[in-house]
Amino acid sequence: MAIRCVASRKTLAGLKETSSRLIGFRGIQTFTLPDLPYDYGALEPAISGEIMQIHHQKHHQTYVTNYNNALEQLDQAVSKGDASAVVKLQSAIKFNGGGHVNHLIFWKNLAPVKEGGGEPPKGSLGSAIDTHFGSLEGLVKKMSAEGAAVQGSGWVWLGLDKELKKLVVDTTANQDPLVTKGGSLVPLVGIDVWEHAYYLQYKNVRPEYLKNVWKVINWKYASEIYEKECN
Amino acid sequence: MHLNYQKAEPSIKLKTHTDSTGVCSPHLSLKLELQSQSMAASIAVTANYVLQPPPYALDALEPHMSKQTLEFHWGKHHRAYVDNLKKQVLGTDLEGKPLDHIINKTYNNGDLLPAFNNAAQAWNHEFFWESMKPNGGGKPSGELLALLERDFTSYEKFYEEFNAAAATQFGAGWAWLAYANDKLKVVKTPNAVNPLVLGSFPLLTIDVWEHAYYLDFQNRRPDYIKTFMNNLVSWEAVSARLEAAKVASSSSA
Repeated sequence: MAIRCVASRKTLAGLKETSSRLIGFRGIQTFTLPDLPYDYGALEPAISGEIMQIHHQKHHQTYVTNYNNALEQLDQAVSKGDASAVVKLQSAIKFNGGGHVNHLIFWKNLAPVKEGGGEPPKGSLGSAIDTHFGSLEGLVKKMSAEGAAVQGSGWVWLGLDKELKKLVVDTTANQDPLVTKGGSLVPLVGIDVWEHAYYLQYKNVRPEYLKNVWKVINWKYASEIYEKECN
Repeated sequence: MHLNYQKAEPSIKLKTHTDSTGVCSPHLSLKLELQSQSMAASIAVTANYVLQPPPYALDALEPHMSKQTLEFHWGKHHRAYVDNLKKQVLGTDLEGKPLDHIINKTYNNGDLLPAFNNAAQAWNHEFFWESMKPNGGGKPSGELLALLERDFTSYEKFYEEFNAAAATQFGAGWAWLAYANDKLKVVKTPNAVNPLVLGSFPLLTIDVWEHAYYLDFQNRRPDYIKTFMNNLVSWEAVSARLEAAKVASSSSA
């Protein structure tokens, strides 16, 4: 641990913009909001530029800021051996850390059409989807129905159960990451169904958002993760 | 118990009593259903699950809450809860039961049954519209102010606590001023949960689901809460509910 910290502080000056920075002797990492790999308007008309900008610059940024605050408070509580403070911080960590984790995945799950957004998955993921859900249409129908049925805020996921070696569709509440539904679950595709993800464009009609979001889903990324986990 | 509540402009309907054809009766009245078993006495329920309009025009809360928000929030979201509830209870033993009965039954001690979301949200939204009025805000007075000062040490401290509850309810939910055991308290609840199922009388609520503020405030929930407190709250409605709650508690004590 100490060696890693020293090496990192030496290279700190040379570090380019990364999504984390090191502070303190313990090397507690805090986080910064990464840029999107596409312009805010690049996912139109499926998701408006206005939504993408607010979603990224306001909502995701707030999760990052609050996660960092919670981590710094946690660091202090751990140092002091304040067990009840540590436990009390868990919900802030889950909310905000989960929000950061989930949105990092989400931005990679999306791509402009001209960069492959919406193109069906090929290779082993494509086959696995056909095997488990009959067809891509079958999967889309299932995920859209489950996403529409989430009450309040949450996410709908396509995941890989590493242990059982099968694809699963599941939902999580609020900013709970998929792993809270099962330790062996790896998220492949997550769709944010919090109202902030679609309201300015689709208003109350969440099913319409779910119908359109598939046009910008980046199956290439999902395939990469799938192939990595399966080998 | 029967309260005749006549008001000059702006008119405030606490609850109207609908007849079997869904027509609102012309006089304003508050009907209390006393349930002696629990403190969760409802403040008037409609057995017909009718979508009541807010007690003001949809543009009457401008500029603090836009007409567009009311059109979607009341016209689409609230309407859907009512319509879907009707479909959901059709042909079940919940059909035709008073709304508070459905809410308590389907809350099922926290292990929510399917109709809870629609039933509670139908109730919550009607309660929400009635918690606001055009040119609202300001400070409460009389008995309500006295109790707020007693239970929170000052109105400002209550404001802070209510504000914090509304701001920190993560995800979808509501913040409430509620009355139980002769005490006022601030509570926050997730999704559709309300103080009725927690054994207290709701007095005031703010909806903090994103759909309640997103068109007007986007992510800026704190600004929405401030606007609600400063410009929208109907303290008359809150005071009347407090009176009703005190009567109901003393009768069932």
